[in-house]
Amino acid sequence: MRGNLAKAFHLTNLQVFRHAVAPKSYTDLLGRKLFLALLTVQGLGAFALITLGVLLKKHRMARSVVQPRIRHEINRAGVALLPMFIFIALALGFLVVGQTVSALAKVGATDYLGSTMVIVIVRELGPLLTAVLVLARVGTANVIELGTARALGEVEALEALGIDPVHYLIVPRVIGMALGIFSLTIYLILGALASGWVFAFLQDVPLTPGDYFKQITEALGWLDFALLALKTLAFGFFIAIVTCYHGLAQPLRLEDVSRVAVRAVTQGVIVCVLLDAVFIVLYLVT
Amino acid sequence: MNEIIFNPAVVEMREASVSALRDTTLAVLENVNWSVLSGEFWVVAGQPQSGKSDLLLTAAGLLLPARGSCHVFGCETNAFGEAQLAERLRVGLVFAGGQLFSQLTVAENVALPLRYQKNISAAEAAPVVAALLEMLELTPFADRTPANLAAQWRSRAALARALILKPELLLLDNPLAGLGTRASQWLLGFLDQLWHGHEWLGGQPMTLVASTDVFRPWRHAQRKFAVLDEKKFSALGAWSEVEAARSPAVKELLAEPAGTTM
Repeated sequence: MRGNLAKAFHLTNLQVFRHAVAPKSYTDLLGRKLFLALLTVQGLGAFALITLGVLLKKHRMARSVVQPRIRHEINRAGVALLPMFIFIALALGFLVVGQTVSALAKVGATDYLGSTMVIVIVRELGPLLTAVLVLARVGTANVIELGTARALGEVEALEALGIDPVHYLIVPRVIGMALGIFSLTIYLILGALASGWVFAFLQDVPLTPGDYFKQITEALGWLDFALLALKTLAFGFFIAIVTCYHGLAQPLRLEDVSRVAVRAVTQGVIVCVLLDAVFIVLYLVT
Repeated sequence: MNEIIFNPAVVEMREASVSALRDTTLAVLENVNWSVLSGEFWVVAGQPQSGKSDLLLTAAGLLLPARGSCHVFGCETNAFGEAQLAERLRVGLVFAGGQLFSQLTVAENVALPLRYQKNISAAEAAPVVAALLEMLELTPFADRTPANLAAQWRSRAALARALILKPELLLLDNPLAGLGTRASQWLLGFLDQLWHGHEWLGGQPMTLVASTDVFRPWRHAQRKFAVLDEKKFSALGAWSEVEAARSPAVKELLAEPAGTTM
């Protein structure tokens, strides 16, 4: 319990840097930044592994308390965001899909429509946009809630009551965010593709709904479904890990919370982009 | 033939160096040698920032001593892990500000440890929680969140949360801080009941350790007293020894707090 958080924190003990003398040159500064980045990666890795361990080891423990919290997090990172995502899907359809369909039709390249839609919407824009929006809406709330709880000593109170903070606070957020991003991505993709055709239809593009969706389904392979699921779940897992790590793993004061929230969102975006790059490589290799 | 009664130490610190919670590289107390025996009621006094909270966190096993050892119910706190959960749950800790969970109501705060440890639903925990809230006169505040509670009710709710699992050792961090005369008298009376064996604990006497920044409200012939001063822990013994002590630190802590007459 206490050890779980302490292990992650001791790996990235930034106290060393807080007490260190100011860098004397740009090389010193660069070296220090690089070292800090490596320590953060190490800390995040340790925190991710600890959370995964607790998730697997304690999945049957205190279910009457943890399951309602998981439902709450699924609602917060998924169901509650659905209206916003319907709007985003419509906007994405009108702005990107409709114009792409229209442009391809003008040059007589409608044969490439399916594969273009799959690459742009299903593989890239859908998951990445969903991840960034959930990071902005729920990830920041995570850091602020957990950072405030940490600053007010609520984490120590949990430990004093024999409650594992990782199990009680982190695991529901990780599950909620992973399932939330997965589900919202599906809705976003379906909504964007449907509204895109409506936009194209309004522009008199000679494409029947049957041809449009047939091309898309023909361009989709089993790998797209598998990697889409894997990618969205990974986005959710790592966004939750980054935001919870910054909120919880280090002792904070109240005045630190806003600064840490900004850092967590920046690192969350970087993690999403890096993960996306990994999946691009996977698509290219397979 | 005289019967020998073996009274094991509930908390035992040997040459322990107590670290600060906010910066574990900083030692707030050095070479603490302290034994709390079963059924004792200790009052540890010290000025603000003297390390009272950190001492209690160390005694609860939440902070590891930087040097030396700390045993709680015979188990070294360094080894506290999942396997030692049962030992840990024999210790209750009431934080100075209550540290209630801000998102939960008073009733949910009190129910949480019971529901988590026993894996029971809110409905199953409700009768136990209601009885405890009734005992601590918290029933009218059951559905309020901590932000909507006065300080005295927050600390009482924190006490209820610590008592729900019926611990054998109760650590209270400055429980009289911010309380008025009547609330302080009620709390001292209630702690005495716990010490001598409350019906909530099935009549079993409880071991208590309370920290304070003023000695006098805690005056009692059978309580034991200690003082923290200049990174040192000094066990004084009974009240008569507190009054007889010549140390300026003790004299300062003996001064009558303004507005308190008990």
